[in-house]
Amino acid sequence: MADNKHKLLEVKGLTMDFGGLRAVDSVTLEVHEGDIAALIGPNGAGKTTFFNCITGIYNPTKGDVLLHPKGQKTRRLNGLKPNKVTEMGLARTFQNIRLFPDMTVLENVMIGRHCRTNSGIFRAIIKGKGVQEEERQIVESSYQLLEKVGLADFANEFSKNLPYGAQRRLEIARAMATDPFLLLLDEPAAGMNPQETADLEQLICKISDEEEMAILLIEHDMKLVMNISDPIYVMEYGKKIAEGSPQEIKDNPKVIEAYLGEETDA
Amino acid sequence: MVTDMLQNFKQSIVVSLWFVFLTFPLMVVRVNTMNQEVIWRWMNMVWVAIGAFVLSYLWRYMLSRQQMRKQVADEGGEIRSRMQILLEDMSFRYRAMGFILLAALVFPLVFDTYQSTIMISALIYVVLGLGLNITVGLAGLLDLGYVAFFGVGAYSYALLNHHFDLGFWVTLPIGGIIGCLFGIVLGFPILRLRGDYLAIVTLGFGMIFKVVMENWDGLSFGPSGIANIDRPNFFGMDLSLANSTIYIYYIMIALVIFTILVTNRLKNSRIGRAWIAMREDEIACVAMGIDIARTKLSAYALGAFWAGMVGVLFASKTTFINPASFTFMESAIILSIVVLGGMGSILGVIIGAFFLILLPEYMRAFSEYRMLAFGAAMVLMMIFRPQGIISNLRQTYEYKGSKEKIDNG
Repeated sequence: MADNKHKLLEVKGLTMDFGGLRAVDSVTLEVHEGDIAALIGPNGAGKTTFFNCITGIYNPTKGDVLLHPKGQKTRRLNGLKPNKVTEMGLARTFQNIRLFPDMTVLENVMIGRHCRTNSGIFRAIIKGKGVQEEERQIVESSYQLLEKVGLADFANEFSKNLPYGAQRRLEIARAMATDPFLLLLDEPAAGMNPQETADLEQLICKISDEEEMAILLIEHDMKLVMNISDPIYVMEYGKKIAEGSPQEIKDNPKVIEAYLGEETDA
Repeated sequence: MVTDMLQNFKQSIVVSLWFVFLTFPLMVVRVNTMNQEVIWRWMNMVWVAIGAFVLSYLWRYMLSRQQMRKQVADEGGEIRSRMQILLEDMSFRYRAMGFILLAALVFPLVFDTYQSTIMISALIYVVLGLGLNITVGLAGLLDLGYVAFFGVGAYSYALLNHHFDLGFWVTLPIGGIIGCLFGIVLGFPILRLRGDYLAIVTLGFGMIFKVVMENWDGLSFGPSGIANIDRPNFFGMDLSLANSTIYIYYIMIALVIFTILVTNRLKNSRIGRAWIAMREDEIACVAMGIDIARTKLSAYALGAFWAGMVGVLFASKTTFINPASFTFMESAIILSIVVLGGMGSILGVIIGAFFLILLPEYMRAFSEYRMLAFGAAMVLMMIFRPQGIISNLRQTYEYKGSKEKIDNG
């Protein structure tokens, strides 16, 4: 079934060395249009490093990160700066929330619109019709995103004053504001209570249904991952040890040994 | 709350006793060697006790009040001060602005030349503060060598006037642009630096400027400086000293208004938001698709622009410049204006500039204690209002298009 869907992201043999430490070891991974793919694995397996390699924060030692936007030429992302990667259409959130605490909630989302708008210094000073119109559009689209994630009531609060779960959702809204076609979520449910996790699950499904965005997420919450993702990739010690549908992953002895085994023991 | 006060009371008594004990030999006992007698000055002890007690209690009271505010803030409560609520009232704002403008316009007509001169130097620092506010307050790039850009502007005018006889009005924008270019030139090597390292490099840049100007005789006439710089002329007329001061005062007022307008627009523009985002979290900022290099350079260039412009005005006001006017102390004062006034807040920086420039000026009567009071004021400020006199207010946006949706949801 995956074969007839458009392939968006293709990672081939990605390797990342830090001195003598091989944090990511020839990982191959694909994300197709409309997918909610998940990357799981024990702590320290190299998942976040993998994300950082894709999004340009690290420059991978070996391997290819290829982006196939629909109807456009394939782009190789290796060595591009993070802001260029975001412009290509890959947006991410962070494992430990990285909002702009002293900006309002709406402004946080408005920052996401930065790379899709273009008024410069002089136009900002003169503030002509064009700039005002652009500003209006930025505010409007940002506001709509806030409504989508259910934060419209907090639009003019400082983002540091938001409760934890709302901060996570704001990060997602901010990433969505850059108009990506692939959304990378780094442990979006970390530290959330069961109710917040359930809300998040709904939100992710809603984004996947309503927007033209594929999603790749790193997550430790197995219930969430098994409910919504397909395919699932499993990493351990920097290597990919399994991939497949939730059922295949559940039945895979390697995965049970590396990861889920601990849960059945407990 | 009551236990808190009791606690403060007790501790203050202990502190006061401790001070009495410490100062006892100095303040109370006095040995008169001539008459072979010991004088006991008990009144001094009482004063020390009362003084120490009051100061200590006040100190503790302020600290506990600050603690309480923080608690309220942590619980998501309202922490806006009365000042801030007042500032958000638009009609009050316009009335206050009108009044201040009127007061500023009649000032040189009411007061004498000396007062106007002081006011001009305060206004110069207002513009410098607002310029540095872009670099430090908005973009979060610590700059300890800001005075170099000020110097670049001043020397541009002095040299262009000396060699090519260029007038003030022509050089004003040129000075700004040259300052801007220097900002970009400095910006390139420090794109990768942040925090302490950035501070050290910018500090070095400020020093280099001064040393070069002192030693490159061929260009800058060395430590003896450049004299006889033209004052701004009024449509070709040369003015008397008193009239010229008034004229410069009005130019300065216009320049301040221009600066406020421009920085205010920038602050709430696409670029301004990018600056603030960069200050808040550089990694998140770049992950949102913002080009850090360009954003940093633009912040440096625009900050330097104002310093360059006002440098031209400074040279034309004093008619004489030498490298001694551009020491590190100046950079430190401008930075203090920004930090004390409130990072990123335009009104705060303006108040900070008047506070830091006018206060020492009018405290000349207590010349010996002037710097002491100045230092103490800074320390107290940083303890009790670390966010500055006026903390930064962010623009709020209203979006009416889907109000109903919000109400339902």
